[in-house]
Amino acid sequence: MANAAEWDEVRPVSRGVSLLKAENVAFVLFLAYLLIYPSTTDDFSIGNTAYFMAITLMALSLALIWGKAGILSFGQTAFFGIGGYLFGIYTLNVLGSGATWVGILVGVMAGGIVAAILGYFMFYGGVNDVFVGLTTLALTLVLQTFMAQTAGPEWAVGEARLNGYNGMYVPQISIGDAPLYGRPLYFLYLAILIGVYLLLRWLSSSRWGYGLVALQENRPRTETFGYNVRLMQVQVFCLAGCIAALSGALYASWGSYIDPSSMGLTAAITPVIYVAIGGRRSLTAAMISSMILLQLSQSLASSAPEYALVIFGVLALLAVLFVPEGFMAALFSAIDRWVFRRARVDPGMGTGGVSSETPRVG
Amino acid sequence: MSDAVATTNEAPLLVLDGVSKRFGGLLAVSDLHLVVQRGELRCLIGPNGAGKSTVFKLIMGFERASSGRITFDGARIDSWPTWRRARQGLSIKMQIPGIYPELSVHDNMRVAAQYHVGGGQMEESIERLLARVGLGGMSRALAKNLSHGQQQWLEIGMALSVNPTLLLLDEPTAGMGPGETEATARLVESLNADGVTIMVIEHDMTFVRQIARKVTVMNLGRLFAEGTIAEIETNRGVTDIYLGRT
Repeated sequence: MANAAEWDEVRPVSRGVSLLKAENVAFVLFLAYLLIYPSTTDDFSIGNTAYFMAITLMALSLALIWGKAGILSFGQTAFFGIGGYLFGIYTLNVLGSGATWVGILVGVMAGGIVAAILGYFMFYGGVNDVFVGLTTLALTLVLQTFMAQTAGPEWAVGEARLNGYNGMYVPQISIGDAPLYGRPLYFLYLAILIGVYLLLRWLSSSRWGYGLVALQENRPRTETFGYNVRLMQVQVFCLAGCIAALSGALYASWGSYIDPSSMGLTAAITPVIYVAIGGRRSLTAAMISSMILLQLSQSLASSAPEYALVIFGVLALLAVLFVPEGFMAALFSAIDRWVFRRARVDPGMGTGGVSSETPRVG
Repeated sequence: MSDAVATTNEAPLLVLDGVSKRFGGLLAVSDLHLVVQRGELRCLIGPNGAGKSTVFKLIMGFERASSGRITFDGARIDSWPTWRRARQGLSIKMQIPGIYPELSVHDNMRVAAQYHVGGGQMEESIERLLARVGLGGMSRALAKNLSHGQQQWLEIGMALSVNPTLLLLDEPTAGMGPGETEATARLVESLNADGVTIMVIEHDMTFVRQIARKVTVMNLGRLFAEGTIAEIETNRGVTDIYLGRT
């Protein structure tokens, strides 16, 4: 039998890589709940939750671009709209089985291409920080204004009438000729949401993900370690654009409908509020809190619609003022500290022996 | 090819050939010729505003030279972006601390090393470098909780993570006490003994006296004098510019 000393040698060093932490436990519980949920409820709630999952993808795209890369984008809604509209335009023109699946890919690619082009001009042009927020907000509002005036019959792409504020009819995702709805659709959306989440978790722990965190703190410094900072900014902006466009395509297909209000000012700010309340730096916190807040928003819309925006505004304000890391992310850290006792860092270790106050010599 | 210089061990590591940098009406660096050989430990001194830090920025690519050419390790680098220069073997410890305050010491080192150290050797490399800069056992501390001197050492550790051919240190002892300055001098000397070519900007003459083999003095953007520390300290012109008598 191995003695204690040998055992110590082979045990991996715990340095924030252990899987037992609040974030992971919360994810497993969240996934288990969503897997069981359809067998406990009616078809309406199942469809409704599928809609939340489609929108939550946009929260994930924002947690990536804002939380991981420090780029606050109001453009996710624009990519959401591009994804939705392009999905509709493609599937209305190309009929046949499998067209809706290709349509999703077309929507995602369109969002990614627009994001890559905009990202290239912004980041290689030296646009950063608050100006990215302004530029992306402008993109969103320009797209909304443009789509709003497409009511006339001259605004059509092949068979697809854009229809302005009347909205565009969009086909549902289907297998063969049978549209997906109910439980199959729910599990498809769940698989996509979890797939994107896991992809982003994996990317965050990669060399690229570490680089993103570094450039968020100090761009010029990060470049001196060999990171092609501007290219990385374009890459992450493009990826976030793809995910937002996926969100838009799934949303449009779910409701068979999309209109320009999905790209308005309120639509642009809502995901930012969800992610700020939950915690932008944690993909898990952003995902779970977005699902909870969407449910809350819908409940309020039926019982007390006049308070819904006020309540979210107050929550966002409280988060920004008192819990800048976000309520759910703060809860995760607290559980890590008190339950799992795995503070990632040892605060206060930095004063060992040498004084920092001695004035410079010479 | 006209852009390339033959690479032999005898060829200088870094050549600044007639380099100037103009900021609007201010000529920060003027027609500077500077040659650094492999294995050198070179100090760059001069009064405030002499253009020393601008020279480092031009070498590292934070600023582009208005004219002249910069050759490093056989390649003309003056049009390269910073990240490409870093991958070529240039590294810098900046005057204003360039650590990531919100990350742990370990993660600071990992971020710095990722493009230069293989995944398998990462942990071992981080431990070794931290021990070398006097931060052994502190890898889990948050960088912002370190003392000022420790932050400077962490930054030197990060600058070393990229396995540099040429290490630029901009005032490595700024804000340090005598004990820390002494330890930093020993560190710089031992790094140089291991074959890293080093350029240091420093005001602390005790430090310069301790480490430098060759000193370059700049004044008003120009190369003013070059020589051993003994030659520089007895140079009347150098004392004059430091006392503002020119």
